[in-house]
This record gives sequence, structure tokens and C-alpha cells, in this order.
Amino acid sequence: MIAAASGGRRTTEDAGRGKHAGMHRRLCSLVCPAAMAFLIGLSFAAPAALAAKKDNSLRVAEYQVLDNADPYFNSVRIGVILSHQVWDTLIYRDPKTNQYKGQLATSWKWLDQKTLELELRKGVKFHNGASFDADDVVYTLNFVSKPENKATTQSNVDWIDHAEKLDPYRVRIVTRRPFPAAIEYLAGPIVIHPHEYYAQVGPQGMNQKPVGSGPYRVVEHAMGKYIRLVRNPDYFKDSRKPQPQIEKIELRFIPDRQTQVAEMLSGGLDFIKDVALDQAQQLRGVPNLQVVSAEIMRYAFLQMDSTERTLAPQLRDLRVRKAIMHAIDRQAMVTSIVGEVSRVLNVPCFPSQFGCSDEAAPRYAYDPAKSKQLLAEAGYPNGFDIDLYGYRERDQIEAIIGYLRAVGIRANLHYLQYAAFRDAVRAGKAPIAVWTWGSFSINDVSAGVSVFHKWQADDTGRDPEVRDLIERGDSVVDPQERKAAYAKALALIAERAYVLPLYSIPTFYVAAKDLVFTAYPDELPRFWEMRWQ
Amino acid sequence: MLGFTLKRLGLAVLVAVAVSAAAFLLLRASGDVATALAGEGARAGDIENIRRIYGLDRPLVVQYLDWIGKMAHGDFGQSLYFKTDVLALVRDKLPTTALLALFSLLFALAISIPLGIVAALHPNSWIDRACLALAVLGQALPNFFFALILILVFAVMLPVLPVSGSETWANFVLPSVALGYYVAPPFMRLARAGMIEVLASDYIRTARAKGLSGASIVLKHALVNALVPIVALAAVQLGFLLGGSVVIETVFALDGLGYLAYQSISHLDLPVTQAIVTLLSFIYVGLTLGADLVNAWLDPRIRVG
Repeated sequence: MIAAASGGRRTTEDAGRGKHAGMHRRLCSLVCPAAMAFLIGLSFAAPAALAAKKDNSLRVAEYQVLDNADPYFNSVRIGVILSHQVWDTLIYRDPKTNQYKGQLATSWKWLDQKTLELELRKGVKFHNGASFDADDVVYTLNFVSKPENKATTQSNVDWIDHAEKLDPYRVRIVTRRPFPAAIEYLAGPIVIHPHEYYAQVGPQGMNQKPVGSGPYRVVEHAMGKYIRLVRNPDYFKDSRKPQPQIEKIELRFIPDRQTQVAEMLSGGLDFIKDVALDQAQQLRGVPNLQVVSAEIMRYAFLQMDSTERTLAPQLRDLRVRKAIMHAIDRQAMVTSIVGEVSRVLNVPCFPSQFGCSDEAAPRYAYDPAKSKQLLAEAGYPNGFDIDLYGYRERDQIEAIIGYLRAVGIRANLHYLQYAAFRDAVRAGKAPIAVWTWGSFSINDVSAGVSVFHKWQADDTGRDPEVRDLIERGDSVVDPQERKAAYAKALALIAERAYVLPLYSIPTFYVAAKDLVFTAYPDELPRFWEMRWQ
Repeated sequence: MLGFTLKRLGLAVLVAVAVSAAAFLLLRASGDVATALAGEGARAGDIENIRRIYGLDRPLVVQYLDWIGKMAHGDFGQSLYFKTDVLALVRDKLPTTALLALFSLLFALAISIPLGIVAALHPNSWIDRACLALAVLGQALPNFFFALILILVFAVMLPVLPVSGSETWANFVLPSVALGYYVAPPFMRLARAGMIEVLASDYIRTARAKGLSGASIVLKHALVNALVPIVALAAVQLGFLLGGSVVIETVFALDGLGYLAYQSISHLDLPVTQAIVTLLSFIYVGLTLGADLVNAWLDPRIRVG
């Protein structure tokens, strides 16, 4: 052992000296080319983005996987986006003016409170060559409105009783009950499928090989990985959607947002959305990229359970609710953590939605002193403890908790997944719940206010007067009457402080610098309008 | 040997069944499936509709037994979210995860065995500590953090490798490094300990006395014997890698079983989550059983205990 050790030591020393010298040489020969490679690499940092621009293609990322490409059988945002690229609707809502124009239909009129008659456009072809006519409208609407066909979002289709063909280019749609928002729905989620193909392959076949009439057609759908679209060269010229300019689109599913950002930085992608505020701010400095912020229809609000079953009986006192309304500095939140294009709201709906009016609604200024005074009057001079539920934008919720604490309300946060959060609200377990609501991009108050104030499962106010007013707004067809009813309901909601409307939520898009695109409040990127500079 | 094998086999089956039952119960405890399936914006009516359609209103025991019975016939049901056959879905994604697990294991062995050998040759020296530190760093670094660092350096700053996706072999390099580095430390320590023990043994001293070169002694004679426990551990780690790739697959957008698990958990897609948990537990139990049996065969002392 000793012999071996000393022998080893001698050998090691000699070898060591030589080894070290060799090591230095080896290190240098390793580092220098590496440094060169680094510098060269940097200079080639954005070849991929240029490649996309050269072959007029667009690579987009999405974080939520699409379970089914058929718009009636998914409930994810990317499904909604895809539905407008690949399919068309009967009516088109101009995103700039919010006016309704004919798309696959050329005109329409209400025959009575429940019957809508439409004239259809001639000369439109589906991607598989089939011609569009009344049969397609009738088959699609009758198929998706039947509950046994299991359309995912029943509220998008259950207003349809049936559709009937009058002649090849005239149809009648009969609704189950007076449904004035029908026009908005026909301009949004109700897309038209080719009837022969759909009857043959059904939703599963439509998912694997989608066929529509829209500006882009699907050439490949690798579920969970990507969807590849190409421009539809035969897209009908009279369409309200301008003719598409970008030739190819690849939509890749990348679940991690950091990975999406990394891909943008390395030039692997040209367009991403829903970027977090802090990352968007950092990406502003990157030379190849542009960051665009847009206000979207999604709004946040704080719901208070003031019903008989509430776990926080103090919320049944109007003064306590008003105290909470005055406790939160929404403007400061908008300025510092929500984002520059968002705005404080006074009623729980998005300003562009039909029926959303805050004219008659009282305002609640930020006034913590008044909050404390109201709480003292209500018998809580030292505040109280309460449970608060939320499921997204945790930083904003933490800020809200901070403001509440400042007036003595000690909120205990329960931060859950959406499904669990919604269960808790419906089971009456959430005295305070912080929501955001996108209304499915439906530009009508019935897609928002009616969900939370009409005595349905998510209503934690249960005010009969509010319910009746909203019911009226939802069922009469005359627009003026609708507006009046909704305005009164919203004013009451504000007066009686059932919910605290917070602010609209902005979204951030990051794109390659040379991409020309417009961001709209309905969170719908319109690829057919985009082009490379 | 036969008695030992049968005992172990029975235990393995019990473990697998227990895991699947536990997963079944826990999955349902995390929120209402019908609500998750209906998605945001669904009304109460939509949710009840879905509850009826998918049989989620039946008693738990009935649902579980129904599921077990079908599984015995190879029917894992339909994915609630993708609306396709679960087994087909899992079979489609398994190759990607299997490849990732295999490459990660190979990478882990490729760095840990040399490190272990070097450490064993200079026990308790600074070299030994450095090797140990390098190996342990793999377990200390959260693997999503390490993955992002790798992406930053090798895909953004030096665009030599792709950031995400699973199209080519190059796509598997960074994920394998990220995942493999995480499982390297136990191999390294095992290699080091095994080598130290073997190097001190009589037959090595004989080899030295015979005048064989250092390299020949270490690699041909010592390493082979030190490898036996490593092979057994590798089998078990492979099972861990198959099940532990969720984060890496999500970060690198590799469409494998881990990514599928992440999606199905987020959507409370019960049949798929159940199938993945069950399948992985069976594989893990099978690999552990295999490792146990190999060890018992090699070392008869284990069979008695």
C-alpha cells in the first residue's frame, strides 16, 4: 500500500506539472473557439425570423391545447380564434364600428319576436369545393342545437329551436324564446359547416380534417403539436374579411410561456399573445420585436355573497359592502400593476357591450377613511376576518388583500384552479370571490351580467328587482327598451353594491418587428388582416 | 428463487392496485369534474348535462369497479377532453417519453460514471468533493430552472439547438441534459462507493501486482463489478424518468406522456389521468420487481431475508 502510494505520488507530481501545462493549453484551445462561436452565433441571432418573412409565413404559439378543432366542440380561446380563420359566420360584426354586416347572409329581418329570416350569399365555396347554400345553414344549426349531439358550450346554441329552408338561398331561424342577442351570436360562435361533409364525418372527422369556407384552410392538424394553415386562394371576394395576405400559418402548441418567449427571442416564432406584463415590459427593449398592448373585453370584478346562505353575514349589511367598494384604489392598480390600456369600471360589464351603461350608476371613490367609518357604523370598528377566493392574476388579488387589510378587513386567500373556484362560489363557500369574465367575446351584456345577476348558480346577490330588469333586457327585441332595462339594472347593482367592478384586463402581444397587425378588444387575432412589411 | 419471485410478484400487484385506487379517489377530490369539463362560462344546466352524459353522478365505488373491469379488457375508456380512445392516445405519446427517458438515463450514466470513477480514485480529496458537488448540483437545481438556463444559453444566445418541439433528434438534446442531470447524483455516489470497495479488494491488488496498467485495472476489472448495483438502480430510475418528465416536456413542448398528464390534470380528464398513473405505476413496479429479482439472482443472500 505504502509502496504503491509513494510510487503513485512521484508519478502524480511529474504528471501533475505536465498535466497542468497541458491543461492550460487545452483550456485555451477550448475557450477561444467557444468565444468565437458565441460572437458569430450572436450575429446570426435572427435568421429564422427573416426566413418567415421571406416565405410569407407566420409562426404563432398557443399555450392551451385544442381538444377539437370543430368550433362547436371546444371551449378554448384558440378554438374561437381558429373558427374565424377557417370558417365564416352568417353575419359579421365590424370590429372597428361594431356594426353588423352580412357575411354568408346578405340581409336579415325579424318576422316576429322569435323568427329571423335571412337571405344568403351566392357564389361562396367551401375548401372542399362544395357550394354554400341553405342546406348548409339548416344542417349545421339543427345538428348543433340538439343537446344529444353534445355541443360543448350549450349556451352558445341552446337558443336555437330549429332552422328551416325556404329556398336554396333563404332560411328561417326560429328561436326557443325571444332572443335579441341572436344577431351577435350569429356573428360570433355560430359558424357554418358544409352539410354533406359534416353529415359524413361528424365532429371527430371535422377535427381531424377541418373544412370551412374561411380565408385560411387547414392542411395539417397534428393534435397537441401544431396546426398548419394556408391561404384560401378562392376566398369569396365579397367577404367582409379582407383577402388574406400571409401565405402560410403554423400554429404551435407550446404550454410554457417562458418557452414561448425564448422562441420569440431566438426567432423561432413570430407572434405570441397573453404575455405577462413584466415580461412584456422587458421585451420592449429587444430590437427585433414589437410589443403591443390592447384592452380586451375581459373585465375583473369582486363578488360579495350577500345571500341568506353566506358564510359572512356581515356582507348582508349594505354599509359593509359599501365600505369594501371604497377600500380599493383601482386607479392605482391600473396604473402600476394591471397595465396601461386598462381602465377602471363602474359597472360589471365591458363598455362596448350592448346594454353596458354606467351613466346612472353611483361612483365609489377610493376613500379608506370612509370605509373605516362605514365599518364602524355597521358595528365592526376593528374590522373582521373573511375568506377571499381567486383563480388568476394572483398579484392583483394580493394588492386587493392589501387594501382591505388597510381598512381592517383581514382577508384569507384561497387561490384555486378555476373549476374548484367556481364550485366554491356555487356552493356558497366564497364570501368574497375575485372573478374575471371574457363573455366569450360576445358583445352583448346578456353574455355577462345575466350570468351573475339573474338568480343563476353564480349569482351571489339574488336581488329580485335586478333579476326582473335583466330578464326584461334579455327577452325584448326592441334595442331601446333593452338598453333602458339594462341601464336600470346596472345602476341598482352599483347602488346596492353587490359586486365591485374593478377594471378591464389588458393583453399583451409580442410579435416580430416587421409584422403589421392590429389588436382588437375581442382577443381575436385576425390573421387574414396581417402582413409583413 | 421461485418462492421469492412469487412473493415479490404478489406484492407488486398489490402495490399497483393500491396506487390506482388512491389516484382514483384523489383525482375526484380536487374539484368537480363536470365543471372542469364544461369550461369557463358554462351555465349550471350545461354542467348538469355533462354530469349525466359522462356518468359522473354514479356512486364512486360503481365508477371505480366499472373502470377496473374495463381495464382488464384493455378498455381504458374515452378521454373526456380529447374524445378519443385513451389507450390510443397514450400509445401515441409514449414513444416520445420513452426516448426522452432513455436519452436522459444515458446522459446521466455518461456523466456520473466517469465522475464516480475519478472520485473513487482520489477519495476524500478536493477532486472527490468537486465531483460530488458537480453531481449534487443536478439535484439541487430545480429542473425547470436548469431547463430554461439551457434554452437561454444554447438556443437563444448561441442558436445551436432548437428551443422546443419534437421533430428532430436535436430537439431531444437539451431536454435529455436537463432531465438526465437531475438523476445523475445517485449513480455517481453508487459508482464512487462501488469503485472504492472494489478497488480495495484482493483481486484488484493481484491485478496490480501482475503489473496491469491503471486504466486496464479500473475499467476492465473494477468497473464491471461496480456496475452491478448501478444497473439495478438504472432500472428503477428509468421508471422515475418516465413518470417525472412532466415539467421538462411542458417546458420544451415535447408531446409525450408527461405533457399529456399535465393537460389531463389541468382539465380534470379523469380517464386519461387514471390511465397514465396506472400505466406508469405498473411500469415502475415492474422495473423495481425486475431490479429486485436481478439482485436476488446475483446475490443469494437477499433471497433469504
